[in-house]
Amino acid sequence: MNDALEILGLSKARGTVPVLSDVSLAVAPGERVALLGHNGAGKSTLIKAVLGLMPFDAGQIHVAGSNPGSARARRATAFLPEAISFHPALTGREQLDLFARLSGGGADVPALLERVGLGDAMNRRIGAYSKGMRQRLGLAQVLLGKPKVALLDEPTSGLDPISRQDLYAIIDELAAQGTAVLIASHALTEVEARTDRIAILRKGVLVADDTLANLSAKAGLPIKLRVRADGDVVDSIARQTGGTRLNGASVEILCSPADKMTTLRRVAGMGDAVVDVDITPPRLEDLYRHYAKEDAT
Amino acid sequence: MSRILAITQSEVLILRRNLWLVMATLIMVLFALALTFAGSAPTGSLGVDMLTVSVASMTTLSVYLAPLLALMISFDAIAGDSERGSLALLLSYPAGRGEVLLGKFLAHLGALSFAMIIGFGAAGAVAAWFGGAGAESLAALSRLIITSIVLGAVFLTFGYLVSALAQGPTAAAGMAAGLWLIFVVLYDLGLLGAVVMDDGGSFTRSVFPWVMVANPADAFRLWNVAASDGVALATGMTGAAQALPVWAAPASLLLWSFIGFAAARAAFGRVEP
Repeated sequence: MNDALEILGLSKARGTVPVLSDVSLAVAPGERVALLGHNGAGKSTLIKAVLGLMPFDAGQIHVAGSNPGSARARRATAFLPEAISFHPALTGREQLDLFARLSGGGADVPALLERVGLGDAMNRRIGAYSKGMRQRLGLAQVLLGKPKVALLDEPTSGLDPISRQDLYAIIDELAAQGTAVLIASHALTEVEARTDRIAILRKGVLVADDTLANLSAKAGLPIKLRVRADGDVVDSIARQTGGTRLNGASVEILCSPADKMTTLRRVAGMGDAVVDVDITPPRLEDLYRHYAKEDAT
Repeated sequence: MSRILAITQSEVLILRRNLWLVMATLIMVLFALALTFAGSAPTGSLGVDMLTVSVASMTTLSVYLAPLLALMISFDAIAGDSERGSLALLLSYPAGRGEVLLGKFLAHLGALSFAMIIGFGAAGAVAAWFGGAGAESLAALSRLIITSIVLGAVFLTFGYLVSALAQGPTAAAGMAAGLWLIFVVLYDLGLLGAVVMDDGGSFTRSVFPWVMVANPADAFRLWNVAASDGVALATGMTGAAQALPVWAAPASLLLWSFIGFAAARAAFGRVEP
């Protein structure tokens, strides 16, 4: 019961089609967990179930120890919907004022808007906001009243790279104050360095739930070496290392993490023929593809 | 309570910003003034003051306009937020669905009351200035304003109901237009047909008044007619009003507003944003 968010054996079907099957996931206070999955994998459904907006067929959810949708759970939860929008006739400040009053008041609304970079725009109508500005406003309401659980659905959609950096700084801040953060995303490269744990949903089934390092080790994905060499020796290098020739001057070698150094030494031993070597460790994309593949278990 | 008021306040802001309040008030003032001037002719022949005649014409107007304005404001209340995607966020806050609905209702009722008071009030003032007014006709005017607001309240709740049931704002608008047509136009046509067919039989004498008062729009008409002889005379609707106890029409309107709100709340509870 120490986890801020606890999901046990959650199942949900729409008609006869299962949307979530026996999903169990826990997020501790201060932990940042990325929930990855294709469109339609069940990420948003999971979040709606946690918010108590959607009944589910089986399983249990505890939000800060309470049932989802209960008054206590809602007070403890902050939510950033995917592709957020607000009533265009209100100003950013009026909208955030409403949320502050709904959540019990006491928040310094102008300071919060300043914090997310909307200081100059807070008295303008939301109808005149860009997508990124609406997203920032959505983020500002997440910061209201120190939530115990924050659910962020595709928080980076519509944000430029600098705003994304700001976003992750704010997420780190949330985690530092003890909020359990669950980030649903398919922006893989960003969550890589910014989360403590990664959970992957595939067609409603949780196929992975571990740290990035452990997931990589378990998947045993190969490291990619790309060797650039003089044209005439490319074929012989490919033959010697068991790699494949990519074009006139490059060979791609796939090797397991354990064989990496042996292979590198062999390449280094080839002398001047080798012009350059690129090493690509398995990225989250590869990992994600591995776990999200149809035949993966 | 403070959560309900927070929602009310923000809805009032929206109604002012999107000019709904201005347009509704303008429509009310224009129609009420036009009817007051156009309807001032029979004053002498009926032996009542101009305000009474004006109230009688405005009663007929309000039967059409109060439900229309109420539905126009309320059909978007849930479907619009749901379509924008802001409903899920709103419902993730501690405010319950009943509180959200009540907050919106208070704001919309306030806006409707504002438009009614200004519109009918202006026309009443003009009529009293030109044609004189007595204590009785002033009471009739106040009654018209209050009953119009109650009638509006009933149709606000109907609007929330279709807004919760419909798939989107467009469907909700269509359903609201259908409701208006049924309650305000078709119901009366049907009753008229039944009375003609019955030709003064037992249906016309005992059942018909009750069937009539069961419709909130007709209950509104009967309430205003029953309470004032002058208005009854000017509208020519004395028969049905006399056949019913005094409480029937107010009871019908109040009952409908509670039923409407409860039904809307139940339908809203089943909405998955």
